[in-house]
Amino acid sequence: MTSAPMSAGPASDGRSLREMIDLDRGTISRDIFVSPDLFRDELEKLFTRAWLFVGHESQIPNPGDFFVSRMGSESVILCRDQAGTVHVFLNSCRHRGMKVCRYEQGNTSLFVCPYHSWSYTTDGRLQGVPLFRVLYDGTLNRDEWSLIEVAKLARYKGTVWASWDPDAPEFLSYLGDAVDHLDEVLDCRDGRPGGSEVIGLHKWILPANWKFAAENFLGDTYHNPSHRSVDMIGIGPSAQRGAKGRRDNEYEGGQHVWVSFPAGHGVHSILSRPDPQYGGSYQHYPEVDAYFRHCFEARKRRLGIERARLLPFTGNIFPNASYHGRQPRGICVWHPHGPGETEAWRFFLVDADAPAAVKDVLRRFYMRYSGPAGMTEQDDMENWLYATAASQGPIARRHPFNYQQSMGAYRTNDPLPGDVSTQMTEQNARNYYRVYRAYLEGAPWQALLGRPSVDAAAE
Amino acid sequence: MTDTIEPPRARGSAWWTLTQEIADFLYREADLLDERKFRDWLDLLAEDIVYFMPIRRNVKFGQHAERENTRQGEGISWFDEDKWTLGKRVEQILTGVHYAEEPLSRTAHLVSNIRLLDVRPDPDHAAEVEVGCRFLIRQNRVEYETTTFVGRRRDRLRRVGDDWRITRREILLEQNILLAKNLSIFF
Ligand code: FES
Ligand SMILES: [Fe+2]
Repeated sequence: MTSAPMSAGPASDGRSLREMIDLDRGTISRDIFVSPDLFRDELEKLFTRAWLFVGHESQIPNPGDFFVSRMGSESVILCRDQAGTVHVFLNSCRHRGMKVCRYEQGNTSLFVCPYHSWSYTTDGRLQGVPLFRVLYDGTLNRDEWSLIEVAKLARYKGTVWASWDPDAPEFLSYLGDAVDHLDEVLDCRDGRPGGSEVIGLHKWILPANWKFAAENFLGDTYHNPSHRSVDMIGIGPSAQRGAKGRRDNEYEGGQHVWVSFPAGHGVHSILSRPDPQYGGSYQHYPEVDAYFRHCFEARKRRLGIERARLLPFTGNIFPNASYHGRQPRGICVWHPHGPGETEAWRFFLVDADAPAAVKDVLRRFYMRYSGPAGMTEQDDMENWLYATAASQGPIARRHPFNYQQSMGAYRTNDPLPGDVSTQMTEQNARNYYRVYRAYLEGAPWQALLGRPSVDAAAE
Repeated sequence: MTDTIEPPRARGSAWWTLTQEIADFLYREADLLDERKFRDWLDLLAEDIVYFMPIRRNVKFGQHAERENTRQGEGISWFDEDKWTLGKRVEQILTGVHYAEEPLSRTAHLVSNIRLLDVRPDPDHAAEVEVGCRFLIRQNRVEYETTTFVGRRRDRLRRVGDDWRITRREILLEQNILLAKNLSIFF
């Protein structure tokens, strides 16, 4: 494609975003998943504004610790400065743009640029400029040439999020009521707030549009049949005892809920029955089973029965931070590389103070379940790849995807905050693309947060 | 276990005969994988096998020994598993609905640079062998999807009767970010 328009992406045939994302009909154009023009719009208008997941504080516990991450298509440095303050910087020298850090993680007192040796302190300030007196004195004001820092940074229960938009709302406003579900990922299994740690990281490239992955986690329960092979053979934590399926059934008798939120987040959670009972899990590992039984009971006492009924399954914090809540447990970020290529980073989580034997069983289960070597997710990757590939052609692009599942079948704020469906639904996806469209249209934050009055006017 | 660094001439003929025998074993294994005889391949693995592929990281000079590779037995690697899990992987492929391997990939496992690194107790009565090699694996899937995996392997073999069983396999893929969507084949 040539001469890409920088304005909000009419497709090559002139269709507007409203035509391409038709929420009344429940159809979405394939261009959204394959067009280079729209991809550029996403980078310019969406990834420069939305709150993005950057990393976890357990990766940078000490002053001088850094972890190189990504925001959108760009490399960033998550860093704890010598005074203990957490920063996120663009990983690009102010002089000629060289990456100032090409190690993935470590500890340093300075980021020294390999190109001409400008050096930056861990709070981002330009410190060293070779031959400064001779070449730059009176011209270069070092204070103006710090590493480029995100406009907003939030630390939430160990996780670190950032936005490039100084006008972005505070992170908790952005999360809205999705926070209750994210909490269930980040809190200890016994209900204490926070307390998770990252035990490892997967990074891989997949030749698929990033939104296939985000959408999968935001509530596409309908794709369950694609995992038939693991369900047939059984790979869960009790599989050595003959259990089938890919995880323990911790949700027996619970009500599955699919909830979408005005700012674009979507989750699939479970409201367990009114008298939540520990179902038994990790049957092959008595010590681990006992630990989770203990956590289950402690959580009920700590949170109270009503709150303890909520259990997380999967979700996606808009736009690209997906999670698995329990089995396995982690956050996966789908970094856009191109319309047909995504760089996936999964951060695997456990309770930091869990016994070593528990962590060992969990990490083994995570590895056989998740990512490119994971028996479950390999099949997801296969689907995303070929769905992207088979949507490229001109004939394919004339025919939109169908998003009509469970149209209108939801209730607002009943029994939980948000638009709640009690049957499988594509409402979460429809809502996601409504918000996505608003970003690409350059909508003001009020509209991006889906505040009702503004939203009604916009529709 | 220290690697052999002595010059080849210092070794007797038993060493070279054993090298040939081990090489043949590894080629036979590669044949089984490329011929998709996955159950037969499983039979070459000892019941107590450790199958390990670390994740390789970009670290500062001087930190490679300490930090470059994730470690077996802790945290997250690409593979850190036992025979039960490998058996599950085979079982999954044989369901016929493991879509990441359905239709099956075509693979060619090339094994080279085979060197014995340690032999116990001695080449004439070898009961356990540590062997290093390079691999180059070409995977082609469906139509256009082609992936090349290149790296080093370090295997530990145990003699069982007239044959060998693999008791430990460490696979060093020469990549940082995995440049493949899946690791759905065996290494
Ligand atoms: S590009 Fe960094 S010092 Fe020149
Ligand atoms: Fe899936």
